[in-house]
Amino acid sequence: MADADGKTRAAILGTGNIGTDLLMKILRRSAALEVALFAGIDPGSAGIARAHERGVPTSSGGIDAVLADGSIEIVFDATSAAAHRKHAPLLRDAGKVAIDLTPAAVGPFVVPAIRCDVGAERNLNLVSCGGQGTIPMVYAVSRIQPVAYAETVTTIASRSAGPGTRQNIDEFTSTTAGGLVRVGGAGRGKSIIILNPAEPPILKQNTIYTTVDGEPDRDAITRSVHEMIATVQQYVPGYRLKFDPVFDGNQVTIMVEIEGAGDFLPTYAGNLDIMTSAALAAGEAVAAQIRKAST
Amino acid sequence: MSAKEQKHIRVIDTTLRDGSHSVSHQFSADDIRRITGALDRARVDTVEVTHGDGLGGSSIQYGPSRLSDREMLQAAHPEMSHSKLAVLLLPGIGVQEDLEMAYEEGARVARIATHVTEADISEQHMKLARQIGLEVIGFLMLSHMEGADKIVEQARLMESYGANVVYVVDSAGAMVPDEVRQKVGALRGALGCHVGFHAHNNLGLAIGNSLAAIESGATVVDGSLAGLGAGAGNAATEVLVAALEKSGYETGVDLYGVMDAAEEIVRPMLKRPQMIDKGALSLGYAGVYSSFLLHTFRVVEKLGLDPRDILIELGRRRVVGGQEDMIMEVAMELKRRRDQRPEPEETAP
Repeated sequence: MADADGKTRAAILGTGNIGTDLLMKILRRSAALEVALFAGIDPGSAGIARAHERGVPTSSGGIDAVLADGSIEIVFDATSAAAHRKHAPLLRDAGKVAIDLTPAAVGPFVVPAIRCDVGAERNLNLVSCGGQGTIPMVYAVSRIQPVAYAETVTTIASRSAGPGTRQNIDEFTSTTAGGLVRVGGAGRGKSIIILNPAEPPILKQNTIYTTVDGEPDRDAITRSVHEMIATVQQYVPGYRLKFDPVFDGNQVTIMVEIEGAGDFLPTYAGNLDIMTSAALAAGEAVAAQIRKAST
Repeated sequence: MSAKEQKHIRVIDTTLRDGSHSVSHQFSADDIRRITGALDRARVDTVEVTHGDGLGGSSIQYGPSRLSDREMLQAAHPEMSHSKLAVLLLPGIGVQEDLEMAYEEGARVARIATHVTEADISEQHMKLARQIGLEVIGFLMLSHMEGADKIVEQARLMESYGANVVYVVDSAGAMVPDEVRQKVGALRGALGCHVGFHAHNNLGLAIGNSLAAIESGATVVDGSLAGLGAGAGNAATEVLVAALEKSGYETGVDLYGVMDAAEEIVRPMLKRPQMIDKGALSLGYAGVYSSFLLHTFRVVEKLGLDPRDILIELGRRRVVGGQEDMIMEVAMELKRRRDQRPEPEETAP
């Protein structure tokens, strides 16, 4: 149900850094979404206090508080993979669309620059930060020419890797590799992640290697990559191509860097910013689909 | 601790892991069988066999391997009756399933390597390795980049995850003996488990640093036949065994056996000599991950740049292990700068 001002009512579950950055993004940037509830399980969290200061309704009742409000149509889950696995069936039964920022991968993978359908599952998974940064580039090549193999390297500042990433680093590599194939269109995928502790912290970097079938169509691929960069920039302004794609035999190398918008998290945390930016883009796309279906 | 108590030194040979950088990861099954057989007959304690960047390392980023991880282990394991089979894994590159596969193929030692400040990403893999019955060894790479306090803090984490040995790893071959003594000594004082040292020869100090580490309490050291390995290579196993013996330590290794293996089996396999060329020396001087060397040569060949300029710039940017993609980025930037530099006579308006 839309508000009087036409905004779709959404909730954010999880009041940590990611949830808070997403909150600030929606408040600052979204004409389509309203944060009807910012819910966690810790009443003393800094995120709750921040939301409260800005007049956003908050709750420490977690998922129950979200389920209790029938007017909430979209729920961003920024908790953990284990928690989302519990939340997913409850949200589904309550008729709410889940946008999952955890690596739980309950629903199909979604990259807003490529496609963003509510689908039958009504649960959209945002893959991983590495996936959001690299899959659009794999897709930019595979829409021109079949990609037999895609391999991506994600390098992030140590400071931007929280305990969730550190203790589940295999989850990152396998989820990202799956996304290269299922959404990027590669025949096979491999993903590598590297943490760099340099000070001042480095920006998030992605290197995308693809091998194509036959001689690469250099002009078409280069054009496609530039177009895709522009598409991603619509929701991640700090997403940048470092130089034109490099061709070597049937191999194409693409390098991008991602500077965060600094809405709440520091700008070097482009790995987190691209997740909250993708979540917002997915949320707005879903809201438009809901509004269209109900008119 | 008296010299007597630490008289036995465990030598781990990494010809078929770090040494595979020297042949761009192209050892054949026959090469692996011959080298492993010779090391086993020479009674080397532990033999490491994996892609140079560990399990799962075969990639565009690090260079494709001739054989899969499983095929390499399958070639090595039947040749061993004395030595233990070890594998290397870098979290972020290899995954837990790789460790299960390695155990199936006969590996009994897992070396888990992280950058010196990132030990906590090894918890998952170390705990799994221990649970399935692998001895766990922790590898703190690029140990020259941090002070002793930081290394101690990180080594303690690895010990708490179940490591039986924690290594000071001089991945860039950038450490000098005083520094080795200080860092290894700090670990020896702080840990209950063994301390190891892994050298690179970029400054010509691989053997000297290994001896310095042992003097300071290390009981496990790495070598490779004929000094194979990334950059200028590792401490040569045969030289290490001879020098340790002369210093009064016992390794259990047959010196003639490793000498023969280095000379007759390994050296003829090399396409380029293992030496301290200007590129390798630049690695040690700038403190850059040794595996970057051959990748840098390949990029330079295409773009016509001085490899030293790239390596020094990578050192300045404090690039860490595994960031081989940065070679291309730095090279492109240096090329852009070079191409934009106008000819002197064209500058005046």
